[in-house]
Amino acid sequence: MNDIKDFLKEERNQEWRVELKKSMKAKERTGRVRGHMPEADPKTRNKNSQEVNLGLELQQAVSEAGRCLDCVNPTCIDGCPVGINIPKFIKQIEARDFNGAATTLKETNALPAVCGRVCPQEKQCEATCFYSVSLKKDPVAIGHLERFAADYERDSGNMSVPVVGKPNGIKIAIIGSGPAGLACAGDMAKSGYDVTVFEALHEFGGVLKYGIPEFRLPNEIVDVEIDIMKKMGVKFRKNYIIGKTLTFDDLREQGFKAFFVGSGAGNPSFMNIPGENYNNIFSSNEYLTRVNLMNAANNEFDTPVISGKYVAVIGGGNTAMDSVRTAKRLGAERAMIIYRRSMEEMPARVEEVKHAIEEEIEIMNLHNPVEYFADEKGRVNKMRVQKMMLGEPDSSGRRRPIPIENSEFDIEVDTVIVSVGVSPNPLIPSVLPDLKISKWGTIEVNPETMQSSVDDIFAGGDIVRGGATVILALGDGRLAAAGMHKYVSEKVKVN
Amino acid sequence: MYKILEKEIFSENVIKLVIEAPEISRSRKPGHFVIVRIDEKGERIPLTIAGADEKKGTITLIIQRVGVTTCKLTDLKPGDYIRDVAGPLGKATHIEKVGTVLCAGGGVGVAPLLPIVEGFKKVGNHIVTVIAARSKDRVILEEQMRQNSDEVIIMTDDGSYGNKGLVTHGMEEVIKREKVDMSVIIGPAVMMKFASQLTKKYNIPTVASLNTIMVDGTGMCGACRCSVDGKTRFVCVDGPEFDAHSVDFDEMLQRLGAYKEKELEAYLKYLKIRPLDE
Repeated sequence: MNDIKDFLKEERNQEWRVELKKSMKAKERTGRVRGHMPEADPKTRNKNSQEVNLGLELQQAVSEAGRCLDCVNPTCIDGCPVGINIPKFIKQIEARDFNGAATTLKETNALPAVCGRVCPQEKQCEATCFYSVSLKKDPVAIGHLERFAADYERDSGNMSVPVVGKPNGIKIAIIGSGPAGLACAGDMAKSGYDVTVFEALHEFGGVLKYGIPEFRLPNEIVDVEIDIMKKMGVKFRKNYIIGKTLTFDDLREQGFKAFFVGSGAGNPSFMNIPGENYNNIFSSNEYLTRVNLMNAANNEFDTPVISGKYVAVIGGGNTAMDSVRTAKRLGAERAMIIYRRSMEEMPARVEEVKHAIEEEIEIMNLHNPVEYFADEKGRVNKMRVQKMMLGEPDSSGRRRPIPIENSEFDIEVDTVIVSVGVSPNPLIPSVLPDLKISKWGTIEVNPETMQSSVDDIFAGGDIVRGGATVILALGDGRLAAAGMHKYVSEKVKVN
Repeated sequence: MYKILEKEIFSENVIKLVIEAPEISRSRKPGHFVIVRIDEKGERIPLTIAGADEKKGTITLIIQRVGVTTCKLTDLKPGDYIRDVAGPLGKATHIEKVGTVLCAGGGVGVAPLLPIVEGFKKVGNHIVTVIAARSKDRVILEEQMRQNSDEVIIMTDDGSYGNKGLVTHGMEEVIKREKVDMSVIIGPAVMMKFASQLTKKYNIPTVASLNTIMVDGTGMCGACRCSVDGKTRFVCVDGPEFDAHSVDFDEMLQRLGAYKEKELEAYLKYLKIRPLDE
């Protein structure tokens, strides 16, 4: 820990940082108001797939970076799951070294353009920013600045391809091309390994492609990152369901020396209430996959999607917000969130809730569905909801929702999207009897190396955590790469 | 890209394609299916593998023309490519020696039934197979079924071939005359519903292979969910085979109709733009 502190101190004391700090009085810095992210007009954007956040203008970014006090004790870093050197990249923006800022971000975060868009910064770095903690002011817009630096580098056309180590000829298999897998693949390629990423679907990017909608994370941003990895020599194979198309033994026979499983938490949960299997009741995964991965809203594509007029989305997480906002964009007159707790307990990013409300999404807090009804063709036409109140905090620390008796009433709906959580994809655990699995179906790993109970198999992301965030998956992927590198170096003789 | 090597037209609506997919041909077992996507704009549809030739590295799909995707797929010719074929998916059929196995296939359901019949025969079961079709020209794989069964009974709705009657008539005849230890039924949901009711009446353990709507086929979307013994299960990862007596076939029928209007609309549009020489 002291090593890191010393390192940060040393960096902070570099001449350019000292000069920059001196160039403006702290009072002037703290006197600035947090820059506002330019956004697409809510009345227009809720009818198309345009990205909502437009990105900070260059001047705005430089000015926002000037708010950062380059603290002696940068507590923001403590809030970052991957420990990005936040003051350094922000000061590089202030000094107008934008590509340098992107490089700093990439030292610890494989996908800054993605994280700048989807990280819950208000619960992480921005929550521990000096402004939030001590000044009780709006924190430095760390997330917006992260996105700015990454976008600047991409738009400059000068995106650097990370330096790849001398090829060592050792084959490594990455299973799943979501954030965890991509992070692990990138690091292993940098260390000179012969890396192949196997993906079950027909597109690469995992949840970044099938889950997160275009208006929040354009696919192009993910594709650019994958192209960079291809340039680093990483091989990508689609339509491979490892454990089925090829088994782990098949891959071992083909010379693969270690595996990283990042197969995600793809299994949608349902509530098991009466009528839940009526038509036009979907999991958020199905709804979002149809629209995002299969392009179902575009008439030129063959996959259909139901564009309901009265759409209820059950749940209060980011996926629920993505689903309800997608439904609005597909033409819903009424698009509602039905969530059993209050606004404060909502797990969704604050920004997503704000954007949703601007887009005329209705939010019904403290309501829970108890039953669905259908027309003669089996299509849902009504849902019965029950009012809830909050009791004592439960194991998650959030106040427990308690049903209020005799408070049920009916709401007219023609589409319901159930977004109450996901569980780990059971496919890989089911084909590896020796793999130690928790009672939640997640793969058990050594938290320092991400190594599983099967020596040559490492794992990370949602298959280990249940349902977590992109940034945690990226962190896991990197940690696993380090663990894997150590394992392979010790176990495999390099000729 | 997956190359089509052979094409055989069984009937106006049922076509066999042999596709180059070496890894799937090696790893597939009876009961497995693949997800197919024809081109960049195509949808993902599940198709049960009807056979494989490991040496040639091919799998066989037998496809009924029911909508846009199946029509586009069966309009392809040898030498053409399919963009995506992913698999094998689902749980393989649990095959063991039980004695007499009554295998019943309705319509194109006879195709996925064939590898299961082969599997049960190989381990020494006595196999009686009932093939049911609307009429003579829709009876498929009779020869292959005869090679792998001890007896084959053919039922047609109109009596144009074999015996006149439904699949259940043929099945009941067998059940009445000999002890049946197990039954496997594959076909349209309605056929499986009634075949299942029949074997339940006689307390014969029965497995049905469900063909529900799917998107990813790997347990991710839940489009394929069905109620088995009152619990929601995913056909793609928990199935496709289930204890037939526990399956809620009425719910399955309802769910299969989820996109009926959209499918019809797309089909009519497709017929208009379809090349005339096809």
